[in-house]
Amino acid sequence: MMKILVGLGTCGIAAGAEETYRKLSTHSQADGAGFQLGKTGCIGMCYREPLVEVRDDKGARFTYGAVSPDKVDRILEEHIKGGKPVDEWLVWSNDTVGSDKPYLDNQSRIVLRNCGTIDPESLEDYLAVEGYQALKRVLDNKDPEGLITQIIESGLRGRGGAGFLSGMKWRFARMAAGKRKYVICNADEGDPGAFMDRSVLESDPHSVLEGMAIAAYAIGNVSVGIIYVRAEYPKAIERLNIAIKQAEERGLLGDKIFGTDFEFHVKLKEGAGAFVCGEETALMQSVEGKRGMPKVRPPFPATKGLWDCPTNINNVETYANVPWIVLKGAGAFNSMGTENSKGSKVFAMAGKVKRGGLVEVPMGITIREIVFGICGGIKEDKKFKAVQMGGPSGGCIPAELQNTIIDYESINKTGAIMGSGGLVVMDETTCMVDVARFFLDFTQRESCGKCTFCRIGSKRMLEVLTRITEGKGRETDIDLLLDLAQRVKNTSLCGLGQTAPNPVLTTIKYFRSEYEAHISNKKCPAHSCNQLLTYSINDLCTGCLLCKRACKFDAISGEKKVKHVIDMSKCTKCGECFKVCNFHAVARD
Amino acid sequence: MDLHRKYDFKNHHFAGEEGRLIPLLQQAQAMDGYITRDRIHEIHKNSGIPLTHIYGVATFYSQFRFKPVGKYMIRVCHGTACHVSGAKDITEACQDHLAIPSGETTADRLFTLETVACLGCCSLAPVIMINNDTFGNLSPKDVKKIINRYKKEGPKEAAQ
Repeated sequence: MMKILVGLGTCGIAAGAEETYRKLSTHSQADGAGFQLGKTGCIGMCYREPLVEVRDDKGARFTYGAVSPDKVDRILEEHIKGGKPVDEWLVWSNDTVGSDKPYLDNQSRIVLRNCGTIDPESLEDYLAVEGYQALKRVLDNKDPEGLITQIIESGLRGRGGAGFLSGMKWRFARMAAGKRKYVICNADEGDPGAFMDRSVLESDPHSVLEGMAIAAYAIGNVSVGIIYVRAEYPKAIERLNIAIKQAEERGLLGDKIFGTDFEFHVKLKEGAGAFVCGEETALMQSVEGKRGMPKVRPPFPATKGLWDCPTNINNVETYANVPWIVLKGAGAFNSMGTENSKGSKVFAMAGKVKRGGLVEVPMGITIREIVFGICGGIKEDKKFKAVQMGGPSGGCIPAELQNTIIDYESINKTGAIMGSGGLVVMDETTCMVDVARFFLDFTQRESCGKCTFCRIGSKRMLEVLTRITEGKGRETDIDLLLDLAQRVKNTSLCGLGQTAPNPVLTTIKYFRSEYEAHISNKKCPAHSCNQLLTYSINDLCTGCLLCKRACKFDAISGEKKVKHVIDMSKCTKCGECFKVCNFHAVARD
Repeated sequence: MDLHRKYDFKNHHFAGEEGRLIPLLQQAQAMDGYITRDRIHEIHKNSGIPLTHIYGVATFYSQFRFKPVGKYMIRVCHGTACHVSGAKDITEACQDHLAIPSGETTADRLFTLETVACLGCCSLAPVIMINNDTFGNLSPKDVKKIINRYKKEGPKEAAQ
């Protein structure tokens, strides 16, 4: 029988996937419906949600995009009953048709291997794709040392941003003395513009649980694992709770896993909305019920972590890689990628890109290949300006460096960081000073306040950036920013402060002329900073009165069919007239 | 409802009074909509955690609120993708339409307006959430329409 799957991740639900699912379910219950209805997680083409996949018995898969409830009837009629796919709505298939085939075909999926193909709320589905087989193999082998060596050989590095060798972390935790140890999964994905971990938790929660259990076995003396997850991700929390319960009932988690003496319980801790808790020492403080403020390292968590016990912390994506490596071998993983960055990396593509969503690519691919090859280039074919990588801790990589490869060291050289995987694409209409201001605004609000320069220095930097975008910049401001940036970097305890100036430093490095235009000429080259724009009406004006009516400040005068005029003394530069004009008659400079 | 009955912290892994503080505060907020003075004293009495510590923790995390909120919580996403796609205009449209600044509640206690860092629906930017429903690909005009629907029809119909 044919099978229809609806992608029910948060993005899909926001785009209306539940209505589509409901409509399909009214048909699936009828006699002779001819198909079986199922749920799945994030298929990854967030820009085409709601997504619906049709599978036939021969293994052919057809993905339809933007399936609103009114499209359901035609798909059922022509494809399910008639056996002929509705080509015009197809975005992908494992056959030759589909408008957006390069998007999925050019990816290499390890972490996302099950995302969008299995039902995240079904343990059976996960078991059918070799689920928990890696854990079983590890328990059968009874060789935790060998397991750690395997993870080290695979070259897996922490996917949370810093890129430390995961296997080494495990080894340190194993070697540390202690009768009670912990493993923690960092799912406090706070970077604005990043949603990889949310999608993995929503679409394939068991793979993360399995990865944690394997880490727990490797480290030894671990009976409890904690997932610290953002409270802003209700769907991920719901599905994790279901997955934990299922695994415990089946003896895959809990006491006597697979009938052995290995015991491992997983508990969820919901975050309470503090970005700094993504930092590992702050996260542990938060689990202990304190203000999430970072601590001095060393001692590192591997020797003295949660409740002063040796603790291993990895993020969601790192754990999701682990079962795959155990099953396929270190060689399969390290044959992919560059010399020092192995395997694949998941990116959350957003911003001014045609196809935004989740992509997983082999390390070593260029930024250009991701933006243009997979994601189809820039929206409305505007000019590509930069990508922002690594969120508030990262930086902007300009279009000239689009041949930079995805590799921890290569990205670091540009001044950005690999980060957790947020990749926001910017076009010619994005003002880089404003982008820097945006991130500084974020980090200075999220600073926990422990280190003086992070607390006050970031605030002063924000003030400087704000005045530049308002046309009040001073000639010395760029030097002042650079000076403050170095001090904040050098005197902060944790990653938040040490990296907070990165967006400012990289934008000054690559887009200094834009800063200078703001400061010296009082112009915003991207036409984005309101206060620096001047509006005027040109000869294309037909005198339609539209802008006059739209202006809330009575700054526009003019009669019907007579060219209008803007009174600059009344104009607040709100831009309403520019937005409503249908004749390109409002010019801004 | 007894705040403490729900929490049986015999489990040694979260031993110590302090480890339970954040879940207790989350539970308190879920019950009352915000953190009340009475609840803080109740937690203090039952757990022995010093009041200063409870206040310290509660004020550190942005999730905890100390003022009552409206029936509908409007969260305007100001993540990176939303920012470059015009989140500022969306917030302004909400502020104009509800006649309150961000962070405040309307006089009729119907709406509370908030800006948040990232809702994680970046490919649908700009995005807002009203209670648990997410709306994406918005223009300032759409926002006004959506708010009006909530005013008139209540959440169920409006979310369709």
